[in-house]
Amino acid sequence: MDAGSTDSGPYYLGAGVSKMTRKAVKRDLRQLMIGRAKLQVPLLVGSCGTSGTDAGVDWMAEICAEIAAEESQTVKVALLYSEQSPSVLSDYLRKGAISPLSPADPLTLERLQSCDHVVALMGYEPYAAAIEAGADIVLGGRTTDTAVIAAVPLMRGLPVGPTWHAAKTAECGGLCTTRSRQGGVLLTIHAEGFDVEPLDADNSCTPWSVSAHMLYENSDPFELREPGVILDAREAVYTPLDARTVRVTGSTHRLMPYTMKLEGAGAAGFRTMVFSAIADPKILANLDRFLDNLRSYLNGSIASVLGYQADKYDLDIRAYGANALAQPGASPPVSTPAEVGLMTLVTAPSQEVADEIAKFCNPILLHFPLDPDDPMPSFAFPFSPAEAQLGQFYEFRLQHVVAIDDPLELVRFADFTVDRGERHVAA
Amino acid sequence: MSPLKDVAQYVRSKAAGPFWVTVDIFCGDAETFERVRKAPSLSGSAVAALYGVSNNAVKVFEVPTLNVVKISFPRREPQGSAHDADSHAGQFFVPLLDAQIP
Repeated sequence: MDAGSTDSGPYYLGAGVSKMTRKAVKRDLRQLMIGRAKLQVPLLVGSCGTSGTDAGVDWMAEICAEIAAEESQTVKVALLYSEQSPSVLSDYLRKGAISPLSPADPLTLERLQSCDHVVALMGYEPYAAAIEAGADIVLGGRTTDTAVIAAVPLMRGLPVGPTWHAAKTAECGGLCTTRSRQGGVLLTIHAEGFDVEPLDADNSCTPWSVSAHMLYENSDPFELREPGVILDAREAVYTPLDARTVRVTGSTHRLMPYTMKLEGAGAAGFRTMVFSAIADPKILANLDRFLDNLRSYLNGSIASVLGYQADKYDLDIRAYGANALAQPGASPPVSTPAEVGLMTLVTAPSQEVADEIAKFCNPILLHFPLDPDDPMPSFAFPFSPAEAQLGQFYEFRLQHVVAIDDPLELVRFADFTVDRGERHVAA
Repeated sequence: MSPLKDVAQYVRSKAAGPFWVTVDIFCGDAETFERVRKAPSLSGSAVAALYGVSNNAVKVFEVPTLNVVKISFPRREPQGSAHDADSHAGQFFVPLLDAQIP
């Protein structure tokens, strides 16, 4: 089970908090723990707490211990920590063991130290080690989506290429089926390859639905890079076994020097937002000119009244409904929108300054005319107060890998047992 | 010439990690795949100009077994950075719908 992602942006890693609410995570983990106890198989959870920080693992461990007590389960839980301190990584940087992935530049010590949290993506090996040491449940920090699925088959000696391909196929549950919202899939990995079938009797896997999943969230349609190995699905053959099951053969792999990908996020100021809207057709027919005038008036006034030069803050006015999502080379829209929402986004070194600039923009956003001699307009503000604090703002700062000799050398292990509702840490 | 939205079966985009975007163009059949893969409007340089990224950064893959053309490039604004407006890159495919296909 993969519990994390970078998809929702740098905040969760930077702040070290979960994107999902505790109650929802507890509901899901309870179902998995009840299932595990019935089947007596290991339960592996990767990337705990969304970003897989140490705090995310501890958060999940606490939820797991609560459930075990509530369900009267006796379980041995292993914890795998893969958050990295800048001081440990700086030794690897000095040795030349950290390399950039496209499009990043080589890492500098300054950039490394600017991260509030850094995690290294684990492969399957730490999970295999924890299971071999007798864990019933393994709660891991940041891990590749596929490694949690690949761990048991690989430790049992099943073929490497088919195992990683099977894991990639099932990483998003039902997305490799024809009805992607209808539950997960069952993988059977064997000497010839692997078979995949949906859990729901009314759902099906087809050669097309399974092979197309190699494209998903992967920049390369044929290869998938994992710690120490590349899956190559170029020669894979997808054969229907029946109307709902597909057999995949011919997946290969290449062993690579062992690396762990690093993810890091660091604070980059604070943000405050104002949202206002315009429906006046005269303004909307001249929106580009209106926005250019508005931006230059705001920047000038922020300097003259508040004393902040443009390099001290960022003012981003986005016209939702007109071109907020436009790409730089796309042709401009031909029709005039009926309404436009203006998101005015202020980023500044402190929350106080971000709030101050946003409050200063407020009356101007309310009354700014298209032409100086126009009667004073009033635009639509949906909120009081008009400013919404967005809090601390983070950036992703790492797109690098660290080369290591032993897959376990940057992973720290801990474990505890829950027995008759009591949590015991091993001596 | 027809716009891609009238030619392809389905076009989608998604973040592939915080620094890359990938666009999948599902052509539906081999004949359409041939038209799409040869379209100058979907060349690396045309895509680079559309998304404001450098020419040699754009990778175009042809997947004939799926009749898919896949285009991947590093995003101009990294995911979640100050000027990023689409964290998951889920709407990045939209301007490609107007690409002219001979």
